[in-house]
Amino acid sequence: MGYAINIGLEVHLQLSTKSKVFCRCSTKFGSEPNSQACPVCLGLPGSLPVLNEEAFRYSIKAAIALNCKIAEVIKFDRKNYYYPDLPKNFQISQYDKPVAQNGILTIKTKGGLKDIRIKRVHLEEDAGKLFHKGGYSLVDYNRAGTPLLEIVSEPDLTSPDDTYEYLTSLKAVLRYLGISDCNMEEGSLRCDANISLREESSEGLGVKTELKNMNSFKGVRNALEYEAKRQASLLEDEEKISQETRLWNEEKGVTLSMRGKEEAHDYRYFPEPDLMPFTVDKVMVNHIKEGLPELPMARQARFISEYKIPEYDASVLIQEKEIADFFEKAIKKHDNPKGVANWMMGDITAILNASNISITQTSLLPENLARMVKMVDSGAISVKIAKAILPDMVKSGGRPDELVEKKGLAQISSKGELEEIISKVMAENDESVSDYRSGKKNALTFLVGQVMKATRGKANPGMVNEILLSKLN
Amino acid sequence: MGLNQRTALDLIESVKRGKINSSDIIKDVLKRIKDVDSKINAFAHLNSAEDLFKNAEGKKSGRLAGIPVALKDNLCENDRLTTCSSKILSGFKPPYSATVVKKLEDEGAIILGKTNMDEFAFGSSCETSCYGTTRNPWDTKRIPGGSSGGSAAAVAADEAVMALGSDTGGSIRQPAALCGVVGMKPTYGRVSRYGLIAFASSLDQIGPITKDVSDCALLLSVISGHDESDSTSADMPVPDYTDFLGSEIRGMRAGVPKEYFVEGSDPEVEKSVRKAIETFRGMGVEIVELDLPHTKYAVGTYYIIASAEASSNLSRFDGVQYGHRSSSSKDIIDLYSATRSEGFGDEAKRRIMLGAYVLSSGYYDAYYLKASKVRTKIKEDFDNAFKKCDVILTPTSPTPAFKAGEKMNDPLNMYLSDVYTIPANLAGIPAVSVPCGFTKSGLPIGLQIIAQAFREDNIIKAAHAFEVTAKCNNRKPDLG
Repeated sequence: MGYAINIGLEVHLQLSTKSKVFCRCSTKFGSEPNSQACPVCLGLPGSLPVLNEEAFRYSIKAAIALNCKIAEVIKFDRKNYYYPDLPKNFQISQYDKPVAQNGILTIKTKGGLKDIRIKRVHLEEDAGKLFHKGGYSLVDYNRAGTPLLEIVSEPDLTSPDDTYEYLTSLKAVLRYLGISDCNMEEGSLRCDANISLREESSEGLGVKTELKNMNSFKGVRNALEYEAKRQASLLEDEEKISQETRLWNEEKGVTLSMRGKEEAHDYRYFPEPDLMPFTVDKVMVNHIKEGLPELPMARQARFISEYKIPEYDASVLIQEKEIADFFEKAIKKHDNPKGVANWMMGDITAILNASNISITQTSLLPENLARMVKMVDSGAISVKIAKAILPDMVKSGGRPDELVEKKGLAQISSKGELEEIISKVMAENDESVSDYRSGKKNALTFLVGQVMKATRGKANPGMVNEILLSKLN
Repeated sequence: MGLNQRTALDLIESVKRGKINSSDIIKDVLKRIKDVDSKINAFAHLNSAEDLFKNAEGKKSGRLAGIPVALKDNLCENDRLTTCSSKILSGFKPPYSATVVKKLEDEGAIILGKTNMDEFAFGSSCETSCYGTTRNPWDTKRIPGGSSGGSAAAVAADEAVMALGSDTGGSIRQPAALCGVVGMKPTYGRVSRYGLIAFASSLDQIGPITKDVSDCALLLSVISGHDESDSTSADMPVPDYTDFLGSEIRGMRAGVPKEYFVEGSDPEVEKSVRKAIETFRGMGVEIVELDLPHTKYAVGTYYIIASAEASSNLSRFDGVQYGHRSSSSKDIIDLYSATRSEGFGDEAKRRIMLGAYVLSSGYYDAYYLKASKVRTKIKEDFDNAFKKCDVILTPTSPTPAFKAGEKMNDPLNMYLSDVYTIPANLAGIPAVSVPCGFTKSGLPIGLQIIAQAFREDNIIKAAHAFEVTAKCNNRKPDLG
């Protein structure tokens, strides 16, 4: 029997504001434990929250980019539960009136573009972090009060692959907005997934399980693949699926039951009395809307039509805003989009990945990449030499022409000079010359190689071929 | 007359003229505390004489130059014990000061210490404190009212020149009435709550407890104003309320709601308040009959909303970061339950359970949501009433001070002590209690004057005119 899968995601996103959502403490990552904590984020008696306007503006940015309907009135609620990393034993969140609802995120699937409905987007505060030692635990409150944006999708995702695409697209959008690092490994993006199976012919949704503890997009995909198989085999055996929360065990590659529905919390939500509801300023929303950057999907379409690069290249280049910006700056200086794209997707990406840095953290300038590609295109340097100087350009930021000159790597394109060298090589390899003339055409490759060796790779390969052929024939 | 018996305005005048200095006042206040506090138990934590005299040195400027002020034990003071008179906050010294405390210090006041209160402000008798009961200076067998009973008793017994309290359902006005002093709950949002350990965030307000209306106007002027640290504080200009002292009130309209004069009230209280109303009439004030039809729902509404907020506000007291921590816990759940079982008194537990219940899934709509709607109705009652009048006159408390222990096992009856004060909290409007007479046995009676939001000026005008005309606050309790 065939089963259809329905997946919905709850994504928690740390917003990259300078200060926390309800106080002025820094949100910097990796500081000395409890060095970024004040009476408010420690939840000390008598302290009161004050909304960080930047965090609110960030949530509006996300809401607009996800095509949501923005609330007219913003209100916060308390979510009450006990946990040692939660200083007040309640979390300031939003319950019945989130910042935004009813949005759309368009993703690419094997079957083409697909609209995934966004159920709600709301703003809340993060908790602290626990460290468990032998017989005791320690709490670091530096993270407590970091602004979190929760983005909940409808169960519109129909496969683990689509879910992976959703996360990738969501991350791209949010990074374009500059409101979050979206780094799942560092915890600035966290994701829980709800998954249920139903018979393909049936309409309603099946019983769902909630998956937690995934630490990467791949982990989310793997966990969903496992869970889909597990649920399918239960259904095959006509066993019941119980509505429960399951933890993904990355090492073993399985999901394990954590708690059942009957153990679900009663959070006793009620309106946060310390924060007054307020009306959203439509002028501010319009102002934010006008200031939004071009978003990834639109940019990809434009890259394809405007620069005539393949869809695949465009989809890779637009993923990170910095890369796409760099690409556009470079091709303004040298109009060879496909050439620049190749270098960016190939060697440059490899260098960035090897040292785990972003392009703006390097010394490479778009105009220098443009110069380099131009030199290759004009035959001033070979691809090989370009590859040799690129790491230096990334590291120390020099101009390619200066680097070539400094290292004596300029291509030899003078006909006279090359003829002299070729004659010498032919004299030294008369056997290969006669081989070629007697019909062994691959002797040419050997001779070209010898010329390159003699010039330490600086000879213009096209010219070498041309001159050799005319001399041999 | 000892300096401790004089009003702040009177003392400041002398300090500024150089006739006396702050240390002289501190000396008389400390002597009085030494003489009578063993009978009253007004203070939970008293700052050391050494610190007080050191602070008093050279205090000559500011609107409260050199005046010793007592704080209710729920107002945070940097590095000084602030415990809400609860075992669960034993030893707690906040690392910061409440905004009102900073304002007092900026105006030259000397913080005397913390006054006793019902634990977390849960009570109307000052009997639920972990430091024992505070006694009424007019009759030490009786309670001073609550929850700001320590502040009211300290001012009444001249152990402090002035004091701050907090009022969630009457906690400033009811003890002020029972102790024969002036106590005001300002408009919600008039005074910053930053640093007030919350009981019910949507109802709490800090306010003055003073010997007379003039000092009330002075202290209110100092503590009022917008605070960036409190999102619920109002960004509105603050007048100097002492400017309204001595204003002509002829032509003012005073409403008298019939719902506040019902069976169950003490006849001596009713008689005294009726007499006060006649005094106003005699001053040329037009007396208007009023209907506040939703008054009968106020106590029930209040106990749902206040307990709901309290259950959440008090959940932070878990033994993890500060205060009492049970030494006998096996795991985290055990740590929570043992710490809270040991740390909270019975009344606190009762309110936490009530609050958690009314918020729980399946009951929220029937209780919390319904109560929120009734609260709006009560507010509308007042909005309509203030179309017909400038102030409303009522008794502050249905009875004078009752005997210690009398209502401790009858929580419902205890809750009814606040029946006349609760509506102003639910509506967020200002109200004062001023002395309006004594019972035959010599217990003080309070008159409540309520005004529209941010019209404390009308309250000060009416209360001061009444004080001057009725002369009800010229007696002092006899404490030997």
